[in-house]
Amino acid sequence: MQLLEFQAKELFREYGINLLNSISSTNIEEGRKHAKELGYPFVIKIQVPVGGRGKAGGIQKCQNDDEFEIKYPQVMDLTIKGERARAILLEKMADIKKELYLSIFLNRSKRCYTIIASAEGGVEIESVKNQIIKEIGLGEVSDDLAREVAKEMELDGNTAEQFVDTLKKLSNLTIEKEAELVEINPLAIMQDDTIMALDGKFVTDDNSNFRHPELEKYQEKTAIEEQAEKSGFSLVELDGDIAVVGNGAGLVMSTLDMLSDNGGKPACFLDVGGGATTESVYEALTLISKLDRVKGILVNLYGGIVKTTVVAEAFLKAYENNLIDLPVFSRLKGTESEKAKEMLEGSRTNIFDSVEEAINAAVMGVKK
Amino acid sequence: MIDIFDTLKGKPGDPDYEKKGVIVQGITGAYGSLHAKQMIAYGTNVVAGVTPGKGGQKFEDKVPVYNTMKEAVDATNAKISIIYVPAKFFLSAAKDALESGIKLLVAIPEHVPIRDTMEALDLANQKGAVIIGPNTPGIMIPEIIKVGIMPPMPFKAGKIAVLSKSGTLLYEISDALTNSGFGQSITIGIGGDPVNGTRLIDAFDMVKNISDLEGLVIVGEIGGDSEEILAQRIIDSGFNKPTVAYIAGRAAPKEKRMGHAGAIVMGTYGSAESKVSMFNKANIPVAKRPAEVPVLLAGKMDKSD
Repeated sequence: MQLLEFQAKELFREYGINLLNSISSTNIEEGRKHAKELGYPFVIKIQVPVGGRGKAGGIQKCQNDDEFEIKYPQVMDLTIKGERARAILLEKMADIKKELYLSIFLNRSKRCYTIIASAEGGVEIESVKNQIIKEIGLGEVSDDLAREVAKEMELDGNTAEQFVDTLKKLSNLTIEKEAELVEINPLAIMQDDTIMALDGKFVTDDNSNFRHPELEKYQEKTAIEEQAEKSGFSLVELDGDIAVVGNGAGLVMSTLDMLSDNGGKPACFLDVGGGATTESVYEALTLISKLDRVKGILVNLYGGIVKTTVVAEAFLKAYENNLIDLPVFSRLKGTESEKAKEMLEGSRTNIFDSVEEAINAAVMGVKK
Repeated sequence: MIDIFDTLKGKPGDPDYEKKGVIVQGITGAYGSLHAKQMIAYGTNVVAGVTPGKGGQKFEDKVPVYNTMKEAVDATNAKISIIYVPAKFFLSAAKDALESGIKLLVAIPEHVPIRDTMEALDLANQKGAVIIGPNTPGIMIPEIIKVGIMPPMPFKAGKIAVLSKSGTLLYEISDALTNSGFGQSITIGIGGDPVNGTRLIDAFDMVKNISDLEGLVIVGEIGGDSEEILAQRIIDSGFNKPTVAYIAGRAAPKEKRMGHAGAIVMGTYGSAESKVSMFNKANIPVAKRPAEVPVLLAGKMDKSD
């Protein structure tokens, strides 16, 4: 999961990385209190788990009460890349001399952690110039290496020492919390030569969650996502009207692609996992029945060992129990598909031999 | 680095030619026992199983079960093992295997923490061993040996190598290939994790010199840059066998994990466009649908004739 800025900063604070004063809130009443505590001027920052907040107007300077009353609700109402505000962070205005870039990320192709640093930060990583790149194995950063990075960035004196300290703390944080990415952008040199983390990005390795109960409070899941996880499914909600269900992440992604190519709009990505049983398919239909926007269900199962009749039973049961009244367009690969077709004759489930046919029928079907 | 065909199949004349021994770690668990049976049914020579505390039993009245990998390897001299233990026990199972002399380790579990994979990899590198996975369907030479969880039907012996990040897409595309008359010389599941024991380029290096190889199929998906790096390697190496790719996830939203831990686009890193454009640069056509893969492959073969 990707933490919100204020959550990443909570971790930074815990590890002793320098920060400006800031307070997060989820409504304007709370916000007003924080504004008083903090004092003007400050910056109002939307908290969403995606980048590009500044460009979208999600970061606003605020000088006084009048501005606050206008800007707080404005920022709160923004949707950035489909993400609504989770919170608002008020942060003291900074007097910046220079903006640096610093991150430690999991380098997937090199299979090691890697430092990226630059004396020219404050822009998105793709545009950061003069990147200093150091591979660091499992994430450990020695004093010598940290000094070398500082030197290559042409930092000196007290600033260099503070940078070294920050980099080492960031390395500890990466290792101990098992992050996939920790980024400070910008890492600012202030007018008084102190170094401060002005923004924070933190992506966890979700597979290590069981070792990190302390990060559980940052988990943000809708009720339906939580239920999906309990069933061992992967669910990503999307904003179309055709629910896409299949077994295996690659196969479901592929179905999503083909559906989009044919003008269909996926309502969700639902991977029920490698196998498929009556229970897992019934459970998937239960989840989908809770998504209001869905007008049709597209099922693509490659059941190597699975009997398609077993899956057909799940559909029949779902109609019988009035779980769903939506049309289902299904491609079931596996044994006994002729029998499965017979079972479903006259029901609202249509079985197709190829995924292409199922997709075409689904796209036409939801238009009706 | 091991020779994958030597390890999985051996050479004609070897006493264990086409009967290489495989140890199953986690053989008494529900998942491990199901797939151990399936592997045996496929013809894989499962010589031992390991489950701590269950030593002395016989699996299916035949296969001896040991408490540790050391005992199992001492008794069988096997070089291949497959891990079916839950993700949180993967690292200790992998260490047990690698320290006992296993040279090819197939890691089935999904949800292994990245740090554990990296630690296991460090050890594998020290020992000159290869890890396939984690989060992989496994590896197979069709009709000879299956070390994995793949259903048997999609696969047929032949001369096309298939490398895939995804399990079900490997089945789907191999099925389409088989139906079009393209059997497979080997199929390697890379796995859907951010860090792979065997990356696409490593898998390519394993198969590129197969003497009678007639074609290569690469099944990628969004996330990371291993497809791009492979495309570059193919350009640099002058590999000229007909090659076709498929990339899943073109329609996936950015910054969302699409089922696989590794299937996530961050900014432009990991995007389908980036992968497709690198394959285009390498003159490798990218199929829009799994069913299109054999069509494009046949087209490539016509041109190379």
